[in-house]
Amino acid sequence: MTKLAPVLSAHWDEKDSFTLEGYKRHGGYTASAKALTMDPDAIIQLVKDSGLRGRGGAGFPTGMKWGFIPQGDNKDHYLVVNADESEPGTCKDTPLLMANPHVLIEGCIIACHAIRAKHAFIYIRGEVTHVVRRVNQAIADAYAAGILGNGIDVVLHIGAGAYICGEETALLDSLEGFRGQPRLRPPFPAIAGLYARPTVVNNVESIASVPAIVNNGAEWYQSMGTEKSKGTTLYSLSGHVVNPGQFEAPLGITLREILDLAGGVRPGHKLKFWTPGGSSTPLFTDAHLDVPLDYEGVAAAGSMLGTKALQIFDETTCVVRAVLRWTEFYKHESCGKCTPCREGTWWLVQILRDLEAGKGTEADLAKLLDLCDNIMGRSFCALGDGATSPITSSIKYFREEYIAHLTQGGCPFDPVASTLFAGAGA
Amino acid sequence: MTTEVVDMITVVIDGFEVTVPKGTLVIRAAEQLGIQIPRFCDHPLLDPVGACRQCLVDIEINGRAFPKPQASCTIPVETGMIVKTQLTSTVAEKAQRGVMELLLVNHPLDCPVCDKGGECPLQNQAMSTGQGSTRFEGVKRVFEKPINISSQVLLDRERCVLCARCTRFSEQIASDPFITLNERGALQQVGIYENKPFESYFSGNTVQICPVGALTGAAYRFRARPFDLVSTPSACEHCASGCDMRTDVRRGKTLRRLAGDDASVNEEWNCDKGRWAFKYVTAVDRLKTPMVRNASGVLEEASWPEALAVAAAGLKAAKSAVLVGGRATYEDAYGYSKFARVALATNDIDFRSRISSDEEREFLAARVVGSSTTYRDIDKADQVLLVGFEPEEESPIVFLRINKQFRKRALKVVSIGSKESIGVEKLKAEFVKVAPGQEASAIAAQSLTSKSVILVGERAAESTGVLSAVAALADATGAKIAWIPRRAGERGALEAGAIGNLLPGGRPVTDAAARVDIAAFWNTDSLPSEIGRNTSQIIEAVHSGKIGALVVGGVDPLDGDNSSATLAALDKAFVVSLEIAPSAVTERADVVLPVAAVTEKSGSFLNWEGRPRAFDAAVSDSLNRSDLRILSMIAEEMGSSLNLGTVTAAIKEIASIGKWDGARVSLNKVNASSQPALTAEQALITSWRRLLDLGTLQQGEENLAGTARRTVAVISPKRAQALGVVDGDQLKISTTQGSVTLSALVENIHDDAVWAPRNSRGSQLLVNLGVAHGAVVTVVKA
Repeated sequence: MTKLAPVLSAHWDEKDSFTLEGYKRHGGYTASAKALTMDPDAIIQLVKDSGLRGRGGAGFPTGMKWGFIPQGDNKDHYLVVNADESEPGTCKDTPLLMANPHVLIEGCIIACHAIRAKHAFIYIRGEVTHVVRRVNQAIADAYAAGILGNGIDVVLHIGAGAYICGEETALLDSLEGFRGQPRLRPPFPAIAGLYARPTVVNNVESIASVPAIVNNGAEWYQSMGTEKSKGTTLYSLSGHVVNPGQFEAPLGITLREILDLAGGVRPGHKLKFWTPGGSSTPLFTDAHLDVPLDYEGVAAAGSMLGTKALQIFDETTCVVRAVLRWTEFYKHESCGKCTPCREGTWWLVQILRDLEAGKGTEADLAKLLDLCDNIMGRSFCALGDGATSPITSSIKYFREEYIAHLTQGGCPFDPVASTLFAGAGA
Repeated sequence: MTTEVVDMITVVIDGFEVTVPKGTLVIRAAEQLGIQIPRFCDHPLLDPVGACRQCLVDIEINGRAFPKPQASCTIPVETGMIVKTQLTSTVAEKAQRGVMELLLVNHPLDCPVCDKGGECPLQNQAMSTGQGSTRFEGVKRVFEKPINISSQVLLDRERCVLCARCTRFSEQIASDPFITLNERGALQQVGIYENKPFESYFSGNTVQICPVGALTGAAYRFRARPFDLVSTPSACEHCASGCDMRTDVRRGKTLRRLAGDDASVNEEWNCDKGRWAFKYVTAVDRLKTPMVRNASGVLEEASWPEALAVAAAGLKAAKSAVLVGGRATYEDAYGYSKFARVALATNDIDFRSRISSDEEREFLAARVVGSSTTYRDIDKADQVLLVGFEPEEESPIVFLRINKQFRKRALKVVSIGSKESIGVEKLKAEFVKVAPGQEASAIAAQSLTSKSVILVGERAAESTGVLSAVAALADATGAKIAWIPRRAGERGALEAGAIGNLLPGGRPVTDAAARVDIAAFWNTDSLPSEIGRNTSQIIEAVHSGKIGALVVGGVDPLDGDNSSATLAALDKAFVVSLEIAPSAVTERADVVLPVAAVTEKSGSFLNWEGRPRAFDAAVSDSLNRSDLRILSMIAEEMGSSLNLGTVTAAIKEIASIGKWDGARVSLNKVNASSQPALTAEQALITSWRRLLDLGTLQQGEENLAGTARRTVAVISPKRAQALGVVDGDQLKISTTQGSVTLSALVENIHDDAVWAPRNSRGSQLLVNLGVAHGAVVTVVKA
């Protein structure tokens, strides 16, 4: 049985975990001090050796990404931290930054040193003002303490609330002051990123994982996780569970194990479906409780580890309704650049609304799937792909439920039953 | 000469091998094979964007297949690449059909009332790539329609497929990023800034490259169906850039003009003046029949034989001269040139109906006639020097070409002038600021190489010594010279010898061998050997009685300095006017002969490169005759023969004469004059004509005029402070002749200078002040 392995979250329960003092009490900023004495290439090698992979969803090896930055090119390099956490269900970076913003700052210092950058930009979504305040305070404290400003600067940039700006090139456009829309690649950010300079874009959790690796070594990190998915990570459990929240565990833990740690699905109910990594990852059902939650395990089962946002839905939830809500989100957030995503999400919502209302025929399901086929892999970036995942996977596992809507002329579920206040006399 | 080595790559597309230069996009390589991959956002002259996703194909490289179809407009060919388009891949075919269906989800399908219907890439490709009917049963997005994004461009947002061609054109080609995409998702739309309409000189190109009917021109909207139009390849008559054009005519009336495709000249672009200024041809006051002034001084309609007889008699009765404006075609200019020598036995002919000088005439004969600096030289230049020339205002396609090289490789541009212009700012040019009239010394100080190009405008003739300095700089450095006049016909007129010191083909009038040459071709005994009078000397000669008759074609007497003297000369002399519409010349002419406009005749212009830009008559049933034909008829009536009954005859004769290969006229150095002393209230005027202004050929184009730049008087911060003037205050500029009062704009201009547009609403300097460059004027707060 896999146990929790809190590294990032080790001291979140302390009252002052977010302060410089609280962070330093547990060895904060010793890793950056050590790293600054190291050869930058040695840090890149260390991160490569650790097996750390990007925690923003794609799982690209972090050290390799850093290694792509051309050296000796006499150009400014930039580190950009993607804190535009906007995926439905994903909620790991927000608590991490609330509980321990300094670990990100320390990670930025180490990463900047490794890639020979003098500037790091943290791009954070504008809605989370409480996090913005906390990170701003931490940056100010780090400057006051002389941790920042000695050759490495960190700038916090507040986004205006667009899901697409979590896509790294759209984020760069937004950071440059343009409307966020994904850029054509190549050139990749490592060659021409922010202001057309070599740029590394990493997720908050990826950068925050680096100080511990520097302090404890690659072997220590390698000792956790599975063969190709090393280390610990934050699993964000939400939905119909007794104790939702962040569960930091080695990669490869199963949902069954996490549910046990979280007290299980809410009493009297059973698991119906769940997302392994946010709404863009194909749904799983109770048949997938023992799938190892690492990059390979989830992929082998037909989904993606994504951001490890485990949204749990019990049997009171109408899957058609849930999928419609997600699709409405994608329609709202489609940037409009490419045809399949822009027009496709517009259309998908209309079909799903009809289906939820019991209008249409089974042929509409075929149309829906064909439409998803025309969007998936045809759009400019992954937003369009992600929009189809919940639809295709839900039809795969719950086709009967869709048909039930049609035969009954409406939704067979009582929406109140799935709410938290269900049964509370509400 | 060095040849560029280009790596070639062979790829297989639908089973066929094709070898293309490295860097070629898959969609272009397929075109080489005649395989048309459907597309919307792709445009060969714009950076790839990959937005519409219509051009998806299957690609594998060295046996490794891409997991999903790729946009062929964004991927360059690679060695070992195998491409399967919709013709051989079911995946690509379905992907394309899927995207097409999605594109139509929010498209209104109002083709029957859409201007684009019949020539619409969306319509065409929906037929070739789409399916007969849609599966979409939902609600389409709707917008209020249309939006004016400028006075001449209208936007129907619901038709837009968001390909971003227009926004990319504006940013990447014109450097006028006044339109952008706003909002997101299906509500994404093209928009303008809150208080800044789409006032680009090149905005019409966005209408032309729009692959749907989202952008339309106000002048053409709802006027015609494409299939009712007869299209004729033509050349633009508005400036010396030499744009290839297409003129679309319905029932004898020009309804629109489009940029043609000539990679070596205008690529696929043109300016809004060339596109939208053509109503002058159909203006109600076009001259249609000959007119003769009767005994009581009133012009009355006459028959052609009567008018020709009166003209011939008048010209025979007095010593005559020819004033031909820069709007004549090459062949017409040749007709005037031959007419002057053969029928009038004079070299008193000048095509420069503007401020000009003898220094310029020598410069043209010594350096310009027969020369061949081209657009390609700009492409290859290490530096471009602008002298008396504002490319964006005076030859817009030259601006686009410089801008292309500036954006591509940061081409160095240096501009010598008194006021920094918007165009010069866009080119990030080094602005060498001099007082008006003092350009020569700044030119001498430039360091160029043999790869540099000096672009000299016609305004260089307005300061003494400038053209001498340009020639000296070119001699010292080996840099190439290009003379870029504003008018379309000037270079052709120069080559045709419509000037006092040259015969056709650049033959010097003073060279006996050259005269013998031409006399033989023209079958005359001899030709006049004295250098002819220039425009202002001709005017003086009329006043002094040495010249009694004038043949005037396409001249606006208000275009030169000292216009009152010109008008008085026209009053005094016997005037034969060849013109398309009534003008100040008509009012004073004794015989008025209507001529054909450009769209009504065939012919050619030589653009600033000297490149022939031939065109056929777009309106085939016009009864109007070309200048050439009419001059022939007058000559016959006078008893001499031009043998130029048709344009074809003129073309043949010009070709058989060929270029002069003897010694050129030498250029006598002219020294710059020193700067006059100025009092605090005095300044030196400087000006240029804006692209969109009160020019004769722009008459009747209200929508076009709506995007003209604001009329302002520009002074320096120092002068503004001294006068206590801020932006928007009224400034009065005056001379003894008159004054203009304009809104002040404080900008980067020489402290001794004041700038105003030369011929814009409220500011016609040559009429209002009688001066336009280098003269002392009084500037006070009004």
